[in-house]
Amino acid sequence: MATVRQLNVNGRVYTTEVDSESSLLFVLRDQLDLTGSKYGCGEGQCGACTVLIDGKSRRSCITRVGDVAQRQITTIEGLAQGDHLHPVQQAFLDEGAMQCAYCTSGMIMTAVSLLNSKRDSSAAEIARSMEGNICRCGTQPRIVLAVQRAANAMNESKP
Amino acid sequence: MNKNAISENSLDLERYELTAPPRYHFDVDRREFFRFLGAGVLIVSVLKDAHAIQESGGNGAQSASLPKEISAWLHIGEDGGVTVYTGKVEVGQNIRTSLTQAVAEELHVPVSAITMVMGDTKLTPYDRGTFGSRTTPEMNLQLRKVASAARDTLIVLAASQWQVDRKRLTAADGKVTDSEGKRSVEYAALVKGKQLTETLPADDPLIPATQWTVAGQPLPKINGRDFVTGKHRYPSDQKLPDMLYGKVLRPASFGATLSSLDTKEAEKIPGVVVVHDGNFVGVAAPTTEIAARALTAIRAEWKSPPQISNKELFEYLKKNPAEGGGPIDSPFRHETGSMDKALASADYHLEQTYTTNYIAHCPLEPRAALAQWSGDDLTVWTGTQRPFGVRTELAQAFRLPEERVRVLMPDTGSGYGGKHTGETAIEAARLARAAKRPVKVMWTREEEFTWAYFRPAAVIDINCAMRKDGKITGWEVHNYNSGAAGIPTFYDIENQRVEFHPAHSPLRQGSYRALAATANHFARESFMDELAHMVKMDPLEFRLKNLKNERLRAVFEAAAKKFGWGQAKTSAGQGFGMGGGFEKGGNVATCAEVSVNKKSGEVKVVRLVTAFECGAIVNPDGLRNQLEGANIMALGGALFEAIEFANGQIMNGRFSDYRLPRFSDVPALETVMIDRKDLPSAGAGESSLVGVAPAIANAIFDASGVRLRSLPLVPNGLSS
Repeated sequence: MATVRQLNVNGRVYTTEVDSESSLLFVLRDQLDLTGSKYGCGEGQCGACTVLIDGKSRRSCITRVGDVAQRQITTIEGLAQGDHLHPVQQAFLDEGAMQCAYCTSGMIMTAVSLLNSKRDSSAAEIARSMEGNICRCGTQPRIVLAVQRAANAMNESKP
Repeated sequence: MNKNAISENSLDLERYELTAPPRYHFDVDRREFFRFLGAGVLIVSVLKDAHAIQESGGNGAQSASLPKEISAWLHIGEDGGVTVYTGKVEVGQNIRTSLTQAVAEELHVPVSAITMVMGDTKLTPYDRGTFGSRTTPEMNLQLRKVASAARDTLIVLAASQWQVDRKRLTAADGKVTDSEGKRSVEYAALVKGKQLTETLPADDPLIPATQWTVAGQPLPKINGRDFVTGKHRYPSDQKLPDMLYGKVLRPASFGATLSSLDTKEAEKIPGVVVVHDGNFVGVAAPTTEIAARALTAIRAEWKSPPQISNKELFEYLKKNPAEGGGPIDSPFRHETGSMDKALASADYHLEQTYTTNYIAHCPLEPRAALAQWSGDDLTVWTGTQRPFGVRTELAQAFRLPEERVRVLMPDTGSGYGGKHTGETAIEAARLARAAKRPVKVMWTREEEFTWAYFRPAAVIDINCAMRKDGKITGWEVHNYNSGAAGIPTFYDIENQRVEFHPAHSPLRQGSYRALAATANHFARESFMDELAHMVKMDPLEFRLKNLKNERLRAVFEAAAKKFGWGQAKTSAGQGFGMGGGFEKGGNVATCAEVSVNKKSGEVKVVRLVTAFECGAIVNPDGLRNQLEGANIMALGGALFEAIEFANGQIMNGRFSDYRLPRFSDVPALETVMIDRKDLPSAGAGESSLVGVAPAIANAIFDASGVRLRSLPLVPNGLSS
């Protein structure tokens, strides 16, 4: 049984002692006390647990921690630069794109991953990219608006 | 509504999950309050008759205890901070924000000065629960009164300090100002060193909605930043030092009994505590994964009773009546005029049966609780819409007086009526008592699907008598199992027979956003469409012919206007439909456009236009968010959500098997919000769902000629 002794999360090196087969989500939540990533289904169907691995979105609930031990992991807690929110976080606030907000961190991480690679998506393309994330409260229309707003903000700041 | 009016405070019949009556134990010494809160001004709101203003000059003349029927209170501290206490809870409906607005409006303080303490049984007044769309009509109003009284108290304090007539003083922006004397004083300075209590209700006039400046305006979620940064801790995120993670052994099927149990292997795993007590078997371990491994190591055999499947459901519900249909002559069990005479003289007669399947709430955060014992004192953090109800459940389960139990409800990952019960809290508390350490239990998605409760299934029979000019003369409706909410018709019909028939439900069922109003409106509004087609009238015109209620007429007309009702079809497979109604103080009408591919059977909802009116709007942005959310949630139950079960097991209890609305399912949504500033504000979270399913069903009929009478309408497309 291989053991993972070190994890790089949000630019910080954490010393751990976890079975490499463990779910990344539960290591983040139980061991590292990073509870911003949420459990929603445990089968990669709802997206509430989404984190970034080297900048790309990944469902942490079905990710073996051993597979990402050498990679850069980013969770919702690591997105803002000090007090300065990431443009996607700011856009979710500005659009009021949340109700209970339990899905919000996964939505934001999925959107960040999308905008890392593409910032000129149409509303329909954004909706398609977010298809794997569930908002049971039904905030989808505002979430699409928030991602568009964030894309515009990121394009303006880095043309 | 007169005879058909349901008392605002009555509990809906179908809240099956709420079996125990709420117990009320509240006794607070006012000096305790100030010890806890610090000096300042305290305003309490009571549910009963007025009490005179109580002045505390330290002369000991005042009664030491506060009235027992407190519903809310507000404290202004020496730093000017305002703390509001309410037993209501936040599950995404954004009442933390809308209640803050109400207080800011009446007290004339910035929103940022206000802290809401919600759903903590030790700190907040008793509250029956956050359900039934009661927060806005009741708690919002009470807090406005409390805040208004607080403002007046501050003005009186300033008047006495300056020795001037209070009438020349005004309150604004956290200060009392004397414009004649050109001076002002901050609230904080006024309350310094005071221990002043005032008890409501007072007869202060409230600010009319037409003059609101803070309320009535959009305000973003008050603690939104905590949610976009992951900082907010939901119940499932709660932690304590030395905490263990708990899991519970579930029976092999509903009603199964344990025939043998072997926990030896589980007990060998380091750090694992196994508990077997009565019919409870659970484990606690240092991590979630170890707890899961320990649970798998338990050998258990179960004896399962035979049970029906969803294929036999509707027949079963009609054949298995239960007690509890409510008193005769109640709105959900009455006869007005003579249905028999109406049928005898009718030009047209139509009978139909509609059904709805069980569906699951699927709050994205499954049930979770963290329990901690300190001697015989129990504290539980959990996601529930009834913290006081859960306190009662815990007290009963552990045979404790309620005073020894504290339940706290951190803002939770939604509920939709599905989190009224305290089973997770009890599980965590039982494990924590055995482990002698705090224990957190968080249900898996499969557990949430299986061991919570469902929206009741329904069989609804409607029988109708109609004149050839389209005037309905007789209406008979029978709802089997699902419930009475929304069963009284809002159409003007002289002869009526209405009855709700409780049944023995094969699955555990309970409250769900809008309760049975969704099923009853689906049946009624589908049937209205069938009747309109029978007499070849336009469905809108047909409804208006039978409808006097001005507020309902207004929403039907507003939705139709925005939708462009009566427009010609522009493509093959296009269809238009409408549905609407009244529930929990809200009036709603929805128009739907669908596109049906007759070859593939695929049905796509293209557009939903919903007009809504619930009196004076408190937060237009919050309301729009609720309306859009309600439309999307209702879309799932209308189109494809259904619980499949057999042999006491849920067959599709995972997100990969149970389909929920996703981004690609969301149609173009338009909402028309009618702001009736002349009417009291009502809730909006529930009524806004009820028009969606019939509007879609009627649109599918318009597009295809196929009449669908069972929810969900098209779980596998139209052809099947």
